[in-house]
Amino acid sequence: MNTILFILQKEFLQVFRNKNMLPIIFLLPVVQLIILVNAATFEMKSIRLQINDYDNSGISRQLISKFQGSPFYNITQAAYTSLDPESSLKKGNCDAILELPHDLEKDLRTKGVVKVQLIINAINGTSGGLTYAYTASVIQDFNGILINEQIRPQNPDKSRTIATTHSFWYNPELNYKTFMVPGILVLLITVISLLLSGMNIVREKEIGTIEQINVTPIKKYQFIIGKLLPFLIIALGELAIGLTIGKLLFNIPMVGSLPLVFGVAAIYISCILGLGLLISTMTDTQQQAMFVSFFIMIVIILMSGLFTAVENMPHWAQVMDLFNPIAHFIKVMRMVLLKGSGFNQILTEIYYLTGLSFLTLGLATWRYRKTS
Amino acid sequence: MEKNAVIAENLSKSFKKVNAVKSVSFGIGKGELFGFIGPDGAGKSTLFRMLVTLLLPDEGKASISGLDVVSDFRKVRNILGYMPGKFSLYQDLTVEQNLNFYATIFGTTVKENYHLIKDIYVQIEPFKNRLAGNLSGGMKQKLALSCALIHKPEVLVLDEPTTGVDAVSRKEFWEMLGRLKHEGITILVSTPYMDEAILCDRVALIQDGSILRIDKPDEITKSFGKPVFAVKSDRTHDLILDLKSFRGVEAANLFGNQVHVVMNNSDVDAGQITTFLKEKGQTSLDVREIEAGIEDCFIDLMINKS
Repeated sequence: MNTILFILQKEFLQVFRNKNMLPIIFLLPVVQLIILVNAATFEMKSIRLQINDYDNSGISRQLISKFQGSPFYNITQAAYTSLDPESSLKKGNCDAILELPHDLEKDLRTKGVVKVQLIINAINGTSGGLTYAYTASVIQDFNGILINEQIRPQNPDKSRTIATTHSFWYNPELNYKTFMVPGILVLLITVISLLLSGMNIVREKEIGTIEQINVTPIKKYQFIIGKLLPFLIIALGELAIGLTIGKLLFNIPMVGSLPLVFGVAAIYISCILGLGLLISTMTDTQQQAMFVSFFIMIVIILMSGLFTAVENMPHWAQVMDLFNPIAHFIKVMRMVLLKGSGFNQILTEIYYLTGLSFLTLGLATWRYRKTS
Repeated sequence: MEKNAVIAENLSKSFKKVNAVKSVSFGIGKGELFGFIGPDGAGKSTLFRMLVTLLLPDEGKASISGLDVVSDFRKVRNILGYMPGKFSLYQDLTVEQNLNFYATIFGTTVKENYHLIKDIYVQIEPFKNRLAGNLSGGMKQKLALSCALIHKPEVLVLDEPTTGVDAVSRKEFWEMLGRLKHEGITILVSTPYMDEAILCDRVALIQDGSILRIDKPDEITKSFGKPVFAVKSDRTHDLILDLKSFRGVEAANLFGNQVHVVMNNSDVDAGQITTFLKEKGQTSLDVREIEAGIEDCFIDLMINKS
């Protein structure tokens, strides 16, 4: 037991001696949190919509003003023109084009049906889909007004509709930041713990200090615990700082129990530290360790459900995600912090995280040999 | 030298293509200062790494104070002090922190065994708050030796401790080893420097993974049995070529500014060599018969082996 304490003491001395590391460990994540949470957003606030109005009638102008009144659109008009309608889309001057045909009002009054064309830049599928949904709902809305104004007085029965009322739970203002803060926090402590542990043993290998340690009677488990505990403490500290910033700066809700969050975080960080150590024991230089860490990190982060919902991934990817600790922990963070889920509701995630921790730590201990 | 403190029997280790150590056997008595002398790449470090439980031997076995280095590796590590050829203490810890760390992980304190390291440590004590990485080469070696000694090991294994250290520090270092020997510590030391061989109780001449000979340094030189001459002239390069054409010359090698000539029979004297060289046009000649040095013996062993 004492031996572990001495290794702990040594590791802390080394971490805090390194004046360049301290800001990297504590300041950078804070800056990243502030930047990323504000920047990474999927909300569509300003769809640049170009309306080509060939009709220029009362109804077409009414429809245009409907779009202008919406906060989601920046309208550019190209009325009376017959320019290449796609040119501004190609140039990237607009995100979508709405074409109002020449006989819009006339056809509406005589035939009762008219078609307008919406061309959307769908390179980014998600925002393309959202643009369509927004625009379609505006036109739908406009339809309702038309029906009310013109048809209802003569034929009131035709206006029967099913109305939906809705309420958004857990994030009533649909605040994207509330959704992002827990996820990005997970990301930051992951990067820190994976890199710190991944670089550590391999650094001792590179400098040669591992030789001297290996001829001492230190046992494997003592060495590994002594190595991991400082990083676990640093990562938990980082989580605490991050949560404080989330509360103070972004006012994210913390509905659930904080001790539960930290408890699961400890399991999760152990798992990531184990992964880092495993990488460390399998590589010979810090450069190799860095590359391997990055490749693994990019895959598990992109598959984690931070940006895209896991439920929408193909089946095989979802199965793979069962072994992705980040996915489980992001889920736990969102569930506990935002929904106030308790221990029993996140039991599955805890099982998976505990299992994965044993797996990575076990493999790392097994791989770390004092003789070759 | 009561019983053997270190025993190796047919130790072998090979890496992918290289047979680094080939069936090496020896026994080292308790309290002996034992040197392994050989050029770079002779297999000294590999041999040491097997003895200190860092490498598993392919064949053969070795024991330290009766403990097998493979099956009892944990116990061996407790009674062993090892100083690798490359400085491998924590460069980002201070002198004092390094020493304390190594003392504590062996379950002892600096105070307890201070008498062992006192002579060495007092020299670096003024710098105890300096980071180990900022020490000079000689001081690094002293710190490394202190750390290897702090748990009062029975056997001390030093891998090329004086490589890259200045002449004065080298001398001091060997004086320290002499003192440690009196504490009853068995010391294994490897070095590429022949002049350090005579400071050992016994030496093993090692080349290409095999031990050529094990003996006391003076026994090795005494048993050489062939006359050796030291020859000086003002044209050293031609001198070697000229000497090699002289009858009965077995080897002519450059030692500093003179050439050592080994003859295969003893019926030649300095005068004959001088006459021969004068005929060859050499000037400012100085030819003297000398005692064979350890290096002469080593070169002779190397040649006769191959």
